[in-house]
Amino acid sequence: MKATAIEKICSKFPGIACREVLNYVEMTVQPEQLEETLSRLKLYPELNFGLLLDITGIDYLEYPVAQDCRFAVVYTIRNWRDNMLVQVKVPVPDPDKGVPTCTHLWSSANWAEREVYDQYGINFIGHPDLRRILNHWQFKGHPLRKDYDIFKGQVCYDSYSMENEIKNRLLANGVDETTMKDINTEIMFLNLGPSHPATHGAIRIFTALDGESILANVNEIGYLHRGFEKTAENRTYNQVIPLTDRLNYCSAMMNNIAYVKAVESWLGIEITERCKFMRVVMSEFFRVQDHLVCIAANLVDMGGLTNYWYLYNEKEASYDLISRLTGARLTSSFTRIGGMYRDFYDGWEHDMEVQLKAIEKGVSDSLALVLKNRIVHDRTQGTCKLSAETALSYGFTGPCLRASGVPFDLRKDNPYYNYESFDFNVPVGSTGDIYDRIMVRFEEIFESIKIIRQAMKHIPDGPIFVKDHNAVLPPKSEVYNNIEGLANHFKLIFEGVKVPSGEWYDSFEAANGELGFHFVADGSGKPYKLKVRPPCFYIMGGFHEMVEGEMIADAVINLGSINIIGGELDR
Amino acid sequence: MALGLEAALGDSVITTKLDEVVNWGRQYSLWPMVFGTACCAIEFMSAAASQHDISRFGAEVVRFSPRQADLMLVCGTISYKQAPILKRIYEQMPEPKWVVAMGACASSGGIYDNYCTVQGIHTIIPVDVYISGCPPRPEAVLDALIKIQEKIQTESVLVDRHKEYRGILD
Repeated sequence: MKATAIEKICSKFPGIACREVLNYVEMTVQPEQLEETLSRLKLYPELNFGLLLDITGIDYLEYPVAQDCRFAVVYTIRNWRDNMLVQVKVPVPDPDKGVPTCTHLWSSANWAEREVYDQYGINFIGHPDLRRILNHWQFKGHPLRKDYDIFKGQVCYDSYSMENEIKNRLLANGVDETTMKDINTEIMFLNLGPSHPATHGAIRIFTALDGESILANVNEIGYLHRGFEKTAENRTYNQVIPLTDRLNYCSAMMNNIAYVKAVESWLGIEITERCKFMRVVMSEFFRVQDHLVCIAANLVDMGGLTNYWYLYNEKEASYDLISRLTGARLTSSFTRIGGMYRDFYDGWEHDMEVQLKAIEKGVSDSLALVLKNRIVHDRTQGTCKLSAETALSYGFTGPCLRASGVPFDLRKDNPYYNYESFDFNVPVGSTGDIYDRIMVRFEEIFESIKIIRQAMKHIPDGPIFVKDHNAVLPPKSEVYNNIEGLANHFKLIFEGVKVPSGEWYDSFEAANGELGFHFVADGSGKPYKLKVRPPCFYIMGGFHEMVEGEMIADAVINLGSINIIGGELDR
Repeated sequence: MALGLEAALGDSVITTKLDEVVNWGRQYSLWPMVFGTACCAIEFMSAAASQHDISRFGAEVVRFSPRQADLMLVCGTISYKQAPILKRIYEQMPEPKWVVAMGACASSGGIYDNYCTVQGIHTIIPVDVYISGCPPRPEAVLDALIKIQEKIQTESVLVDRHKEYRGILD
């Protein structure tokens, strides 16, 4: 984000405290100014903040510096076209009264506000459907409040009926009681999930059907909510890395990289050139893995089992390289703040090249089966379409947004790790149907392979860790042979990397879209608060927009095409 | 040389115990119901794919309908929100049935010792075999399968295996 852009934003909001944080603007507004500020950001053509990325709450109960209010809500909003990012922070004097909703401005606010309500108990005035989203309906209290004990589990005895929600959705779609009772329209309610082969995890898709057509759809998530954020508050910064593996477990190392990148950006650590290249190689390699699993599973849903073998076998073969490098197949935990766990092994270039060739072959074999296949075309083209406008409103990012024709990619629009000097294209779709979503992923595999080959050619020699005693463990020879090294090691392991107090947001183009981390640091070795901005969560929030009016079977393949990963969706 | 009844009936008849013949059939035709929720399910996909090929052990007919399955593989974290569903699906499976807890989360909650994660699925349903690892390698899944097969050999068809079991949802 350029300095002129920051000035431009600040000049539009006289009287509001604006400050620059890590290349974006943070505004602090009072609750009564919130509605006005958010509408201006969204509706002023020169501001045009069309993408509400995330909303989160903060509980300052145990924060070392006293704050005016115990709670605050933070909105992270992006103007993707001009690469402008803004965070609006509003103190909440009374959580039961809360702050006004912004669901009328961005549709993504619907689920985002529900999550803040669920986790922090902050009310949103005027929200159409404010109820729990991640925790179960019998849950009492709000787990991310600092006075909620992390070990206090609450048993859920029964699942939620969702009857009212589906009826409201039917009403909103123009199906009222009289139509439902009409002898010619017999509405059937059908549950897909939470345990269903087509849900690729645990999601509950609840539909109201007329014949095979979906009249209304509501979804319930949170079945894999495993308390990432609360757990992270009790870990040192480096100990959080294994937790990030388990967000999007199909591309674990991308999460590792995104997380340490966010911490390093605040610490002001400029990692070594070799480390940057290594991270580019590995994140593109994992992007390929992620897309392989997504497409393979999606085509199985369509009945094309052969594609599964072609694509999944290449993923399986890639594990050889990954486990040789990291020691693990799936959950790599390969990054550290200030570098990588270890350097590439000797001869990795050869293994990588062999693997890339095999992937190209597998993908081409699969493409030969589907690219000109009439059945695939009939099944996917024109089904579950999503316009660019709706996609943006629901906070879509990544391949699903690009399939709808929006060429937003952080690697191009807000480049990091020298991405600006790589030669690659950003594939975009034209209609935003299932076909586009599949094909965008296929194309991205080839683009990622292109980036890997360029990076392999230019990767420099040198260290992979920066020399910074405050963040990076000393070499073992120092730890075992002198007291300074030992003390340094001890402090970093026991107390963690001391991160200066403050709040910041940093994001990364992960396989599914913008993966962001919002931190609140209190100067200690553990994050005071860590919120993940998961791409899946918002994509799932717009699922009903895609499937309503389509056939039930299309809902199944649509779910496959948006690549919902439970770990990231529910955290 | 055949003795007893077999001697009288000749080569065409084999006598054995009911348990043995039934268990022999059961152990080589397990139909898994994959209750996949998280990372472990991806490793199960690997176990089912060509390289590790679970069909070598007669268990490749992955049924997502609990009514057609007799081996439940719980692959992944079970949250309190998920627990009633796990229990209901377990109850839908016909007897006899066996349960494998795959990975640290299903076995004990794993790294998620917190407010939303069930600390081991044995508190919800009875478990026969646990697999360690986060996630376990596909070979470990195959190992668990062999363990279940060995266990089946030693069981009697007449015994109701989990009559005494009471979980937190019972």
